Amino acid sequence: MPEPIPQYSVEIEQLSFSRGDRPIYTDINMRFPKGKVTAIMGPSGIGKTTLLRLIGGQIKPDSGSIVFRGHNIPTLGRKKLYQVRQDMSMLFQSGALFTDMSVFDNVAFAIREHTKLPEDIIRTMVLLKLEAVGLRGARDLMPHELSGGMARRAALARAIALDPKLIMYDEPFAGQDPISMGVIVRLIKQLNDSLGLTSIVVSHDVPEVMSIADFVYIIADQRVIGKGTPQELLDHESPLVQQFMQGLPDGPVPFHFKAEDYHCELLGGVK
Amino acid sequence: MILNMLQSIGAGVFDRIGGVGRASIMLFGALFGIPSIRKGFPLFVRQIYVVGVQSLTIIMVSGLFIGMVLALQGYTVLVDYGAEDSLGPMVGLSLLRELGPVVTGLLFAGRAGSALTAEIGLMKSTEQLSSMEMMAIDPLRRVIAPRFWAGLFCMPLLAIIFSTIGILGGHLVGVEWLGIDGGNFWSIMQSKVDLVDDVFNGVIKSIVFAIVVTWISLYKGYNAVPTADGISKATTDTVVQASLAILGLDFVLTVFMFSS
Ligand SMILES: Nc1ncnc2c1ncn2[C@@H]1O[C@H](COP(=O)(O)OP(=O)(O)OP(=O)(O)O)[C@@H](O)[C@H]1O
Ligand SMILES: [Mg+2]
Repeated sequence: MPEPIPQYSVEIEQLSFSRGDRPIYTDINMRFPKGKVTAIMGPSGIGKTTLLRLIGGQIKPDSGSIVFRGHNIPTLGRKKLYQVRQDMSMLFQSGALFTDMSVFDNVAFAIREHTKLPEDIIRTMVLLKLEAVGLRGARDLMPHELSGGMARRAALARAIALDPKLIMYDEPFAGQDPISMGVIVRLIKQLNDSLGLTSIVVSHDVPEVMSIADFVYIIADQRVIGKGTPQELLDHESPLVQQFMQGLPDGPVPFHFKAEDYHCELLGGVK
Repeated sequence: MILNMLQSIGAGVFDRIGGVGRASIMLFGALFGIPSIRKGFPLFVRQIYVVGVQSLTIIMVSGLFIGMVLALQGYTVLVDYGAEDSLGPMVGLSLLRELGPVVTGLLFAGRAGSALTAEIGLMKSTEQLSSMEMMAIDPLRRVIAPRFWAGLFCMPLLAIIFSTIGILGGHLVGVEWLGIDGGNFWSIMQSKVDLVDDVFNGVIKSIVFAIVVTWISLYKGYNAVPTADGISKATTDTVVQASLAILGLDFVLTVFMFSS
């Protein structure tokens, strides 16, 4: 009997994580289907970046499991973890380009480190990726010579350099003009479909996310408050989800970081 | 009250031990972390340039002046006893045994150590180290190891250069300016300076200082709080702690090496 083909690239079960005394996640379950684009949305500061770091094994959860291609990430030793990471890639929220290298070398970095390809093949690979994000002409610039949006696109080219099995994009659309935004949206979809990889997209841009995601998670209050296909979420009956999808400031989702009563604090604690 | 105090002291001690433990694990990772000769060597060479070659000027200028001042001061004392011919060994011994390794270490901490801390701290705060980790490239091997080996390799050489130039500076003042006999300057120095006891022990000192300074610099950068003032504090810590460590260790090493 053939082995059943696993359906999910990443499976998160009963995951809890806290920063100091502040819980970020309590017992959440999430699954990211193979070969699909899964979006994660949620208010700022809720722990989306943290979730990507948990999947990447950069921080360890308090409890629960994160299974990526059969490996339970939190239990892996250092060596194994580095091996597993070769199959994933992450676009950092800040871009995180290596400041001592040109755009070209940034994109070529992982290829040079992990393969023994000759330099002319690397050149072709890098130029292809740079062309895809519209930065082929900027290959000799240093990161400090790029604008914020260009830096993020360069980082995107770097993240896809080695065609990984899983790509995590942390806010890929932030700071992009409508044209680049459209290009990036299509690029993410296209990469996902043509290479059959799994994409996790963290973003606040509801229409863009809805246009490419196969499945969406909305998280708030340390848990998943809504999940489903974009259409299901648009029709979701939960007021929490509706507030988020329509971007209303007032509603069940608190916009403010947990604090004392506003008026009370302004008056110096006098009730 | 007392219990609280004991508790906080205890916690502090554990913190320290934990810190030292983390530091040693890091050092260990760096020491045995040269990935491969093909990839590691160019990184190592580049760091030799940054850490070593770029420190050459300050080391040479300082060496020259310290040698000259040493000769000048030594001469004014020795000449009263008619012992100015001993200026050679005096300058040579103080440079080779003490000033070479110690002053080089202090300058190295200020010039290269602080730069290493700031560079690595900034790489951390801009998530460059994290993104390297996510690319399955261990920053300990890629970033820390070449810098550690380069520091270890360069500092003893810089100390030797420092002492050599210092002795030439002493010769300049003693022989060329104050008129001591040049033959005596060199020959008495040669007879008084022992290759193993003086030159070799000085080099051992500078190797020890190199390990300590480079290690502190890298550790402070790698564990810096990733903010502007976190990095500024880490850089200051590097210079202060490395300098104190050098002076303390120098005393200990001197007791072992030269007192019998
Ligand atoms: N290094 C850290 N130390 C302590 N707390 C942290 C740290 N990093 C993040 N946090 C906290 O964890 C929470 C989640 O942070 P995270 O960066 O994951 O948010 P996010 O959902 O990505 O927000 P945004 O959409 O603004 O990027 C935040 O409330 C933040 O205060
Ligand atoms: Mg974030």
